[in-house]
Amino acid sequence: MGPEMDKLGVVTTFLHNIVVYNIPLLYGTVGEIMVEKSGSLNLGVEGIMAVGAIFGYIVGCYANSLGVGILTAFAAGALCGLLFAVLTVSLQANQNITGLTLTTFGLGVYFFVGNGVKAVRWPAMNDYPAIKEGFADIAIPGLSQLPVVGRGLFDHNLLVYLGVAVALAMWWYLRYTRPGLRLRAVGENPASADSVGVNVKRMKYLHICLGCGIMGVGGYYMGLNMSGSFNSSCWINGYGWIAVALVIFANWNPALAILGTFIFGFFNTLRVSGSSLAAAFPGPLGWLAAVPSQLYQALPFLITAVVLVLTSVRKREGSGLPASLGLNYFREER
Amino acid sequence: MKKILAMALALAMTVSMAACGSSGSNSSAGSAGSAGSAGSAGDVSSEGNADFKVGAIYINSKSDTAGYTYAHNHGITTAMEELGLDTATQLVIRDEVLEDYDAVATAVDTLVGEGCNIIFGISFGYMQAMNDKAAEYPDVMFSHATGYMSNDTNFNNYFGRAYQARYLAGIAAGLKSLEMGNNNVGYVAAYGRQYAETASGINGFALGVQAVNPDAVVYVKELGNWADEVNESAFAKELIESYNCGVISQHCDSAQPQIAAQDAGVFGCGYNSDMTADAPNAHLTAAIWNWDVYYKTAIEAAMTCGGAENFVTAMGGPAYYGGLKENFVDVSPLNEATVAQGTQAAIDAVRELIVSGAWDVFSGVKLHVTVNEDGTATVEQEEAPLLCDGQELVDGALVERDAQVVEAGGPSVEDGVITGTMNYFVEGVEDA
Repeated sequence: MGPEMDKLGVVTTFLHNIVVYNIPLLYGTVGEIMVEKSGSLNLGVEGIMAVGAIFGYIVGCYANSLGVGILTAFAAGALCGLLFAVLTVSLQANQNITGLTLTTFGLGVYFFVGNGVKAVRWPAMNDYPAIKEGFADIAIPGLSQLPVVGRGLFDHNLLVYLGVAVALAMWWYLRYTRPGLRLRAVGENPASADSVGVNVKRMKYLHICLGCGIMGVGGYYMGLNMSGSFNSSCWINGYGWIAVALVIFANWNPALAILGTFIFGFFNTLRVSGSSLAAAFPGPLGWLAAVPSQLYQALPFLITAVVLVLTSVRKREGSGLPASLGLNYFREER
Repeated sequence: MKKILAMALALAMTVSMAACGSSGSNSSAGSAGSAGSAGSAGDVSSEGNADFKVGAIYINSKSDTAGYTYAHNHGITTAMEELGLDTATQLVIRDEVLEDYDAVATAVDTLVGEGCNIIFGISFGYMQAMNDKAAEYPDVMFSHATGYMSNDTNFNNYFGRAYQARYLAGIAAGLKSLEMGNNNVGYVAAYGRQYAETASGINGFALGVQAVNPDAVVYVKELGNWADEVNESAFAKELIESYNCGVISQHCDSAQPQIAAQDAGVFGCGYNSDMTADAPNAHLTAAIWNWDVYYKTAIEAAMTCGGAENFVTAMGGPAYYGGLKENFVDVSPLNEATVAQGTQAAIDAVRELIVSGAWDVFSGVKLHVTVNEDGTATVEQEEAPLLCDGQELVDGALVERDAQVVEAGGPSVEDGVITGTMNYFVEGVEDA
């Protein structure tokens, strides 16, 4: 049974896959943390990622530039954010419903634009060397030479590093900068922030757009990781929803979101690598092969449910949940 | 006031989305149909059939440009054009119909109300509703793909011997594995033993591989889902990296496994349509369906059988199961840039055996195919039993389960087993 498995190789591939397939979750989570820190609950992550993905991919290909693709994905996501902000901040629409609507809207735009372009000429990633090379793995000198973790963690594409950098930068921004402090104040108690001269509306608009832009880049990543092949199922594949739950898992802390993404990714990736691990280590891990694939499919969502239960029993102290999350701020009612 | 305005805006957004969705599919219906009308003037069959109407129920959108629904829609429209029917006026489609009894029943009612003479349903889950509606509307003909229900008059089912095409693709994969000196062949499958459709395809492919490379092992990685692009890609990469597979075959919709093979510098066999354009440096050949072959046969029979009650008789029985012989399934043109030398000759030799009826994949007789130095192929019959063993994991070790032997020279595996109860893998197939 089984070919001669390179045991270390299997573990390396497993680690590598955890990163490769789950980084979009980090983008979605970090973007949503920024939005939620401004006191807005945006459930439209799935749709926003889809919009960022489709525009980023198509424009990026036609420009034959990964940078243009990233910027376009960011701009498309930010535009969705602007729509959300106009509806919820200026017009005081219900945030939950607007977010859900945005999901349906985003997926509709994804298929509408995608099918439209496909009817004319779909850009195949193979034809755009600059995109393909831009998305190729870049080994970090030194670190990537380490056994197992080297290839597993330090040999990835540009957008993986960018995602981690964005998460760390946002952690620093929220914790150590004045605008970050103001943003947290807006999320906790917009009336108080308003009374000390913070422009609540502007803070909300700015950070909703920024956060949604980051989600859009995450969507673009998913498109690239699928080699840009456009079919009847959406690239985002439910990741947007998992990101919403990961925000709670990470306790609204972008640095913790990195950890959360990888813990979550571990379970997510078991579905792909479980049987390989079982074949490479039949003694300790052989049972992994006996787990039905349906359970692996359900695992990410089961973990989500467990996380939500665990975090909801946690005490309010130490929670990063912005106090005014989900509540619209109406200045005249102050 | 602001709140009312906001609600109105949100409402407008929702409504406009819904409107977008439906208008998108309407416009494509018009364009899809316009081609057929021109050539019909001289066609005899169209004269008496100007009011013959075909109904179709699809699982995905009729405006898809690839995939399962696309393949069927393409088949129906092609067949109708060949028969001189106007797809703009004589084809009525209900698409995006869920596998839900009431949804299918409603779709059938609508199509009957539109005056359809024959109604095709393409998804497995439509079966029960179509069966019941066939009894309710005895004057309308019903034809259901992939299922097993039927009656003696106006309701049949249809499917194809995809395992024959997969055997041929397996030969291409096996020859490539010989050339590469790598006996590990990967297979990304929607399901494994759970469905006879997937199991027979995997077995057919594996037997084809072994006909040229008896040492080859086919590692099957099961998705547990009919469409899951992200994992179709991930599973292929896993087979390549962890199982060191040099050729990747697939039973799933998207070309992701082929693209993954190309990215890794290995090779692959696609499914459903020619995937050479998706992965020109990796794709060898694909097992494909020519749905128009069935649709032409069925529509022609429906127009000429003289009443819905004669439809099943005119089709030669309640279950249509065409194969290579009818050109219902085939392999796509070989990708000359990638296939091993002699692949065409080997495939042609075996194809002839199948088409002539001299031999079939599950007849219990194994073939041994060799490519000679001059590029020709020699086919020998091996008097070896066909071993079929399922494997199960017990206490961390794979053990044999339900061992079955098809005796050499004995009766073939029956069609009913191939389409319904084949829940085992042949020797040389392993779970990955």
